[in-house]
Amino acid sequence: MKTIKTVLIAALLAPVLAWAAGAELHLDKAPDKTGDQLALQHGAKLFVNYCLNCHGASYMRYNRMTDIGLTDDQIRQNLMFTAEKVGEPMTTAIRPAEAKQWFGAPPPDLSVIARSRASEFGSGADWLYTYLRSFYRDPSRPTGWNNTVFENVGMPHALWQLQGIQDAQVEKTKDAAGHEVEHKKLVLTQPGSMTPQQYDAAVADLVSFLVYIGEPAAATRKQLGVWVLIALGILFVLSFALKKNFWKDVH
Amino acid sequence: MATTNYEKHKSDGTMAGNALEWVDARFPMTSMWRAHLSEYYAPKNFNFWYYFGSLALLVLVIQIVTGIFLVMNYKPDASLNAAGVPVAFASVEYIMRDVPWGWLIRYMHSTGASAFFIVVYLHMFRGLIYGSYRKPRELVWIFGVLIFLVLMAEAFMGYLLPWGQMSYWGAQVIVNLFSAIPVIGPDLSVWIRGDFVVSDATLNRFFAFHVIAVPLVLLGLVVAHILALHEVGSNNPDGVEIKKNKDPKTGIPLDGIPFHPYYTVKDIVGVVGFLIVFSIIVFFAPEGGGYFLEYNNFIPADPLKTPPHIAPVWYFTPYYSILRANTVNFFWLDAKLWGVIFMGLGVVILAFLPWLDRSPVKSIRYRGPLFKGALAIFVVSFFILGYLGILPPTPGRTLVAQICTIIYFAFFLLMPIYTKIDRCKPVPDRVTH
Repeated sequence: MKTIKTVLIAALLAPVLAWAAGAELHLDKAPDKTGDQLALQHGAKLFVNYCLNCHGASYMRYNRMTDIGLTDDQIRQNLMFTAEKVGEPMTTAIRPAEAKQWFGAPPPDLSVIARSRASEFGSGADWLYTYLRSFYRDPSRPTGWNNTVFENVGMPHALWQLQGIQDAQVEKTKDAAGHEVEHKKLVLTQPGSMTPQQYDAAVADLVSFLVYIGEPAAATRKQLGVWVLIALGILFVLSFALKKNFWKDVH
Repeated sequence: MATTNYEKHKSDGTMAGNALEWVDARFPMTSMWRAHLSEYYAPKNFNFWYYFGSLALLVLVIQIVTGIFLVMNYKPDASLNAAGVPVAFASVEYIMRDVPWGWLIRYMHSTGASAFFIVVYLHMFRGLIYGSYRKPRELVWIFGVLIFLVLMAEAFMGYLLPWGQMSYWGAQVIVNLFSAIPVIGPDLSVWIRGDFVVSDATLNRFFAFHVIAVPLVLLGLVVAHILALHEVGSNNPDGVEIKKNKDPKTGIPLDGIPFHPYYTVKDIVGVVGFLIVFSIIVFFAPEGGGYFLEYNNFIPADPLKTPPHIAPVWYFTPYYSILRANTVNFFWLDAKLWGVIFMGLGVVILAFLPWLDRSPVKSIRYRGPLFKGALAIFVVSFFILGYLGILPPTPGRTLVAQICTIIYFAFFLLMPIYTKIDRCKPVPDRVTH
């Protein structure tokens, strides 16, 4: 058994040795505000004002936002622009066929976007947080915008009035092997209505909201999990005592 | 199984006693209870490894019960809804959001799939180290291999149902493998899919197989597996046959204890321990780091957009690696077909273990260095194959996969030699404690 254990440990280390570097994607760590109802409400406001015009969140019902401390009336008066009833899903008014003509691809539904964008480079929140802060002006693109996280993306910078306009400056550096690497540095050339700090915070709120709609039950799930584990822990002690008692005459 | 040899229950005049007597006159209730539980004598020296059989049964029950509730709300429909999302994909999200406790049953089912394979792999490894497949348990083992095979089919078809990108393209890749078969291949893959690509027809038939056909076969095999086991009796970590040392008066094995209550109370500890680990995943990490629920599968299936990297779920990756390791056209056959053949053989070869192993002893405790070394190298190769199956192939990785594939098969094919010449230790007459 000893040899097996040694070899098993070696097997667990093997992946590290086998690792070969692929295309790297550097993502900024998104601040997690999913526990902050005010931030989520601010994110909801940004979402319905800036995202919902083109993107739906069709698995999410408006009145589910009572989760984040809003009442049905607050939702009806402040967050519903295209829906009639508070139980309706958050669909977009845009027609998919037209959107495809305008942007090259229909804008994806954002209900679970934060879950689908996770990768080995970071969480889905990290991806979205970096993406929404990485638009730059690019006259060669049909929309006039490009993005360093999502090259040649069809989406224009929906939040440009808040962030302002960034331009890309190409920098050339040498990597460890001496190869010349180009990377784009984004510089704010025309300020928006928010300072960079305010904009980052606003994006963090929006991304936290996207994480929330990705799995509205997540908070309940974690709360319940604690109680389930406590109950199972007690059950474990009891079942172990029961076993000990039954087995005391087995020699 | 001599069920009818038992005496039927005689009522003591109570209502329960009368009821049991009535049933016993018509159905082998008492005799089955005795044959499989209260008078089924199991070796008293089961260790940690012996939890995984009952745990596999537990996971099977979890999958069936959660599956029933999922079917009540899931819709196998690839057409697009008003928001432009496939109905099947949207119905999973409907379960996650609008169905009361839907998120819990769905996560239990998706985590249960991975848990099933973890438990079954450990259960198989137990058989491997203690020689549980050896005479007279060959059929127990063969039924087990069939369960493993059917479980793979069940998992594969179930994975299509959420209709995400990985569901879709994973199914596309695997069904396409059948097209590698000469002459009938292309028609065969169309016949399996019911269409020229994976489509609504495929989704509906996979749903039927996943929900009805395959579970029926699986349940039948599980019953056969347990009946065969109870006919020959359980092996144990010493690989000693407890039936060889019976009490001359009672005929009960000296090292045996009744399964009920001894192992029922012990397995309850195992069940609770397992549920603790299971709950940690279900409640705090249901995506399993992207291995239990792949991130790309949160993107609805798009037949026009092939993902750059299609990775199967973790439990298939060792065999997927074997498939991809075949890169040479050999004889008149395509490399892809060799991949399919070797992947299939990789599972089927397990069934031949009882006859490949020529060692005079069963348990690893009394085996010599050759078997221990071979097993260790085999386990390492299996892990490496599993890891490589997750990654996109490169020439270097393919070479490693080829070496590990050779080791995988060499472990089985060379077994008659190294188990025969191995230096084994003497086996005790009775189990050690």
